[in-house]
Amino acid sequence: MNYFELFNFEVGYDLDVKQLADRYRQLQRAFHPDQYASGSESERLLAVKKSAQINDAFSTLKSPVARAEYLLAMAGIELSHETKTLQDPVFLMQQMEYREHLEDIQQMSDPLNAIMEFEQTLEQEQSALQQAISAQLQNKDFDAAANSVRKLKFMIKLNSELERLEDQIAD
Amino acid sequence: MALLQISEPGQTAAPHQRKLAVGIDLGTTNSLVATVRSGEALPLADQNGIKMLPSVVQYQQDNIVVGYNALEQAEADPENTIISVKRFMGRSLDDVLTTYPELPYQFEGDSANLSRIKTRQGNKSPIEVSADILSALKQRAEHSLGDELQGVVITVPAYFDDAQRQGTKDAARIAGLKVLRLLNEPTAAAIAYGLDSKQEGEIAVYDLGGGTFDISILKLEKGVFEVLSTGGDSALGGDDFDQAIVNWIKVQAELNQVLSSRERRVLKEQAKKAKEALSDADSTQIQFKLDNQTQIELTLSLAEFNQMALPLVQKTIIACRRALKDAQLKAGEIKDVVLVGGSTRVPLVREKVAEFFGQQPLSSINPDEVVAVGASIQADILVGNKPDSDMVLLDVTPLSLGIETMGGLTEKIISRNTTIPVAKAQEFTTFKDGQTAMAIHVVQGERELVKDCRSLARFELRDIPPMAAGAAHIRVTFQVDADGLLSVTAMEKSTGVQASIQVKPSYGLEEEEILSMLKSSIDNAQEDVEARRFAEQTVEAARMIESLGNALKADGHLLDEKSRQTLSNELEVLHQLTLQNDAEAIKKQIEKIDQLSQDFAALRMDQSIKLALKGQQVDEI
Repeated sequence: MNYFELFNFEVGYDLDVKQLADRYRQLQRAFHPDQYASGSESERLLAVKKSAQINDAFSTLKSPVARAEYLLAMAGIELSHETKTLQDPVFLMQQMEYREHLEDIQQMSDPLNAIMEFEQTLEQEQSALQQAISAQLQNKDFDAAANSVRKLKFMIKLNSELERLEDQIAD
Repeated sequence: MALLQISEPGQTAAPHQRKLAVGIDLGTTNSLVATVRSGEALPLADQNGIKMLPSVVQYQQDNIVVGYNALEQAEADPENTIISVKRFMGRSLDDVLTTYPELPYQFEGDSANLSRIKTRQGNKSPIEVSADILSALKQRAEHSLGDELQGVVITVPAYFDDAQRQGTKDAARIAGLKVLRLLNEPTAAAIAYGLDSKQEGEIAVYDLGGGTFDISILKLEKGVFEVLSTGGDSALGGDDFDQAIVNWIKVQAELNQVLSSRERRVLKEQAKKAKEALSDADSTQIQFKLDNQTQIELTLSLAEFNQMALPLVQKTIIACRRALKDAQLKAGEIKDVVLVGGSTRVPLVREKVAEFFGQQPLSSINPDEVVAVGASIQADILVGNKPDSDMVLLDVTPLSLGIETMGGLTEKIISRNTTIPVAKAQEFTTFKDGQTAMAIHVVQGERELVKDCRSLARFELRDIPPMAAGAAHIRVTFQVDADGLLSVTAMEKSTGVQASIQVKPSYGLEEEEILSMLKSSIDNAQEDVEARRFAEQTVEAARMIESLGNALKADGHLLDEKSRQTLSNELEVLHQLTLQNDAEAIKKQIEKIDQLSQDFAALRMDQSIKLALKGQQVDEI
């Protein structure tokens, strides 16, 4: 039973996050080991395993990157532990510019406002990439989808560095 | 406010069928036991009507005294009177001595192992001392409820690591209690409040007890309590406020000499009293006599106390900020803040918490009782008294779990705040030809270096089939159950051979030690060991006959005729065995049926996944 089947979703990149969360709670309500607190030893062990699988499925399907990686793995492409680098000079150049911008923010007169603006830019980039991933997976263009996932990872990393900077400035 | 419980006819177990279960708040300073009776969750009082049991154990020559009577003896017999033992749970002796340099106890043992306290009844591990507290609560509950307990829910700080949780569970076993669940204290508090107000949204539980601080961010939605993140400090609490006052007294009274055990104790009591007085006064008097009869008199103002308390309170606020960040929330998004623990009565705590969250925190339930009350509600559900409850508790791991790799570095396997239960597999390989064993060191913590993390256990994988170096692929699965406890299984992939695992808990007890303590605790209680075993096995057998019998009735069609008949026959054999007097035979038969019914259990679970989702579809429409 794959993660999509477990949650009764069609296999595919687009899914309703709220529906996912609802089904997750429904499944845990049925399989959490607490429901088997007075069951037999093997039932309890089984419930722990099942419940762990539901948790893993939920965290995988919830994350835009993990969900794409999972779909690619279903198509035979393993991305999660790869060391392959992205070959896309235009994208990489853009990343370098973004990073320079990140470094400049601290010296700006209104860094918090600059952070907010930058956050919006990154958000747009991310949602564009997610749309691309969805289309590429639908067209079974797995190599292109894999590249988009690699790009999305860059963006997410940049985003978390931005968040860290925000915390630093806020403190 | 008391809640009246009105139920549909036939939905609540009849009073005589109600199973007795209690919730226990095994606190650093005080412990409590509570139960649900007639729909109301209430702490149980002792014969004198007192609910709080000080977590103090005195080891007399032929007697073990727990609670207020032990506390009274603390001054006269400091070395044999163990106070706040929870601080030592799962800690090494080195750790204990560094954190608490002024303890009056004599410790025994190896500096890198679980600490043991030398008493006149022999060396006592923190687990055994905790078991004595739990035994006292068990006695109180059984006396008050009039029958044996079927199960307990024990609360632990959300921040407790694996060793501390395992220690708590082992203590319960030694006390002869069946643990239905270890529950995080803040979650228990949320249950107590959640059932009253049925609210939805994110809440923060700020729990400052005697010796530990916890902050938890929880999400309440449609009967599901989800812990979004936890943080805190397992060595910060009201005792530290007391210690700050003790230090202040020493400076003010110019006490530079080495103090006697009695003087230290008196100083501590005075400090505690002063702290409590300042909860609703602007200043307080401190008066006591030294051993040389010198009278000390001081005045402590609230402003002075606030000044010394501020760094401690600030530490808690930093932890709050981090927990919010982990939950990806801003302080303003928190709907309610719940206060737990006696130390939240300190005015500066309330002030700073209100300031940080931008709202007045809730404290309508007694902050000393709220955890035990919540635990009893959960115990009532888990023991099976409320089959129609749809409450689910989803907890997270408080600390990252990793293994030691080359160069003393840690490699994270399960990161902090992952929802449990969780299972993660990792592959290892051999580095020598013909290698048949492998050592794995599991640690808990957030730091890069192994020496900065807490050692959890050392596992030794044996029986790896001998192969060329690098040819064996050993898949090790780390599983954390709903109580937050780790178990490990390993398998060599190409041959499918299961490697056996030997666990050496770094700061815990080994299985044999627990068994021998269990035996001696029964000896002490002068019970008939055989009779007790038989009673336990009969209860277990009845449970199995009922649950598997029902399962066969409901889902027997999932099995072929032969398997169904086999299970029915074996259940009948089990029933016959309970009419005889052989505990061992019953145990064997239970194990046999458990083995035989494994496939059936798996089939039923797969079927219910489909049913659960069908139900979901209906709900969504």
